[in-house]
Amino acid sequence: MGFPEEVLEHVFSFITSHTDRNVVSLVCKSWYEIERWCRRRIFVGNCYAVSPAMMIRRFPEVRSVELKGKPHFADFNLVPDGWGGYFYPWICEMARAYPWLEEIKLKRMVVTDDNLELISKSFKNFKVLVLSSCEGFSTHGLAAIAANCRNLRELDLRESEVEDLSGHWLSHFPDSCTSLQSLNMSCLSSEVSFSALQRLIARSPNLKTLRLNRAVPLEKLSTLLRRAPQLVELGTGAYSAEIRPDVYANLTEAFSRCKEVKGLSGFWDVLPSYLPAIYSVCSRLTSLNLSYATIQSPDVTKIITQCPNLQSLSVLDYIEDTGLNALSLSCKDLRELRVFPSDPFVANANVSLTEQGLVAVSEGCSKLQSVLYFCRQMSNSALTTIAKNRPNLTCFRLCILEPRAPDYLTFEPLDVGFGAIVEHCKQLQRLSLSGLLTDRVFEYIGKWAKKLEMLSIAFAGDSDLGLHHVLSGCDSLRKLEIRDCPFGDKALLANVSKLETMRSLWMSSCSVSLGACKRLSQKMPRLNVEVIDEQGDLDSRPDNCHVEKLYIYRTVAGPRFDMPSFIRTMDQNPTYRS
Amino acid sequence: MGPHEGLGLEITELRLGLPGGSGGGGGEKKRVFSGGGKNGNMDLVVGWPPVCLYKKNNICHVTKMYVKVSMDGAPFLRKVDLSCFKGYSELGMGLEKLFGCSGIGEAMKEESESCEYTAIYEDKDGDWMLVGDVPWLMFTETCKRLRIKRRSYANGSRLHGTNT
Repeated sequence: MGFPEEVLEHVFSFITSHTDRNVVSLVCKSWYEIERWCRRRIFVGNCYAVSPAMMIRRFPEVRSVELKGKPHFADFNLVPDGWGGYFYPWICEMARAYPWLEEIKLKRMVVTDDNLELISKSFKNFKVLVLSSCEGFSTHGLAAIAANCRNLRELDLRESEVEDLSGHWLSHFPDSCTSLQSLNMSCLSSEVSFSALQRLIARSPNLKTLRLNRAVPLEKLSTLLRRAPQLVELGTGAYSAEIRPDVYANLTEAFSRCKEVKGLSGFWDVLPSYLPAIYSVCSRLTSLNLSYATIQSPDVTKIITQCPNLQSLSVLDYIEDTGLNALSLSCKDLRELRVFPSDPFVANANVSLTEQGLVAVSEGCSKLQSVLYFCRQMSNSALTTIAKNRPNLTCFRLCILEPRAPDYLTFEPLDVGFGAIVEHCKQLQRLSLSGLLTDRVFEYIGKWAKKLEMLSIAFAGDSDLGLHHVLSGCDSLRKLEIRDCPFGDKALLANVSKLETMRSLWMSSCSVSLGACKRLSQKMPRLNVEVIDEQGDLDSRPDNCHVEKLYIYRTVAGPRFDMPSFIRTMDQNPTYRS
Repeated sequence: MGPHEGLGLEITELRLGLPGGSGGGGGEKKRVFSGGGKNGNMDLVVGWPPVCLYKKNNICHVTKMYVKVSMDGAPFLRKVDLSCFKGYSELGMGLEKLFGCSGIGEAMKEESESCEYTAIYEDKDGDWMLVGDVPWLMFTETCKRLRIKRRSYANGSRLHGTNT
């Protein structure tokens, strides 16, 4: 290791993955030192696992920070309001310590207008802001970003909950701002000034990604497209208008000029008569998101059969088995399929989409790696067929809408089917289970799913043995989220050290006692064991009562203090109780 | 928790659902999911199915669109959920069931002189428009309230600024 520092630094600059850089830093003390000074990108998967001060102390020259806050189940309303995930402490420290910061990417965090204003004023070279499923800010905060970030390249608000006070924020981009490459405002509801939008697009020659919101009318889309023929990713606004031949002709012509478009999304309120306008770009499409398009199977099929290069498709279950069959024949390059339910709260099928659609795609699409599928029936034989067809699956998320639904042919649990998935798909990294499942499925998972990193379980299992199989068998497990399962104290307390090898464990409506939470916390000082109980008065509960919700995560930052009253971190050392 | 309910019981529990459907036309019996709550209540299960809140709010099909419907001669207004219907003819049939009369569906399809009813709606701008001109989805987005006018009542009445 006699290389001068500069040489090592140069070598390290080619190492970009976070895991690789972490490994490099462990080789020896001098490599640790060199590496920490030249690390430019940080990813913190749980914002409570480390404190901002610790991050800054170790990595003083960072240009890009990515943070995640709330647990994944927050997407489904299972995490109460006020839980936490505040960006505030991070931005306060980073504003002081990282004047050259260029990128901030946040997921499921609470961000305020003040935070956004602080970002816009603290970093002279700020370029990229991605707020994914965040909340707590309004369009006023966006106005500050638009007005003050002179070199803004990317503003992506995907799926955030924004207090939409007006569309005026967009008009705050100064005329001198020509650096925009990516704008995703699809989650906003207010109408922005069309002329401001038009001018912004016209003066952004490097704009590659544009995702409009629903309020941008279809009649005006062609005007925007004509000013941005270099677009690669386009999200339309509402896709319906009065049926007028001139609007249709303009739209068709505008799309035909977009020779670089590879991805389409948007498509709210689709009027099928306007769909053929996009046909000219279909042959180049690699990504298509029709998950807001309430169009029936024949219309969906007409589009996808023209997309031979499609790699990623998101669609509603209106596509039905017939459409999925067509997909399996036309789109041989498909890597990712997501089928969402059009009417999730109704038990009777409103569409003819069954397990057969997924089987067909698993047969026809040899590159299929990632599946998210909502349906109303499943069988062990279908799952086994899928597993044998597609051993290259890396992500398999199946949601059978009715909890605990058995194999609809045999009325047996779906243990064998999911067992086949984990046995054959040896590279499986992510799995979501549903349907009727006993402890047996967890035996299979513990035995076979050695590369599994994230597992989601709901309404499954018989006893603690199920959880024990998972915790003791899944060597690569990082995130485990469980709801409404009969898992209790025994499995947790038998696998305490496993929990420190994982990012986090979420358990809600299970059978874990308050006492077990306390014992777990005492045994494992580097875990935060947080009990969430909205019924109030945790202090007076007996140790044998079951906790409502439990979130356990490893941390070097100690217990947090920004919690509401219904969340408690179990004491690590009872002798220091005040 | 000890050993759990046997297979059969769970399936039976899940088959029981809330009676009836949503207000207005529809007509279909819709079952909603029950988690077989702790008190035996058939509560909707929180956070199930696991569809992102964002997605739920944005698929127009799932959003409820209740609008008031008034009909000439009827003593009370009713409310219908426009998201229950797939088109004008379904809306017409639904309203016919609601008010116990026929002919409303026809009124939406044709402007025939022989129709006993005229269906009009108040749009976002406050104007009263004839039902049936614009595409269905556009109609559901812009319709604020509905009014069924009877021919025999329609003569001499002002359409603009009409309040029940």
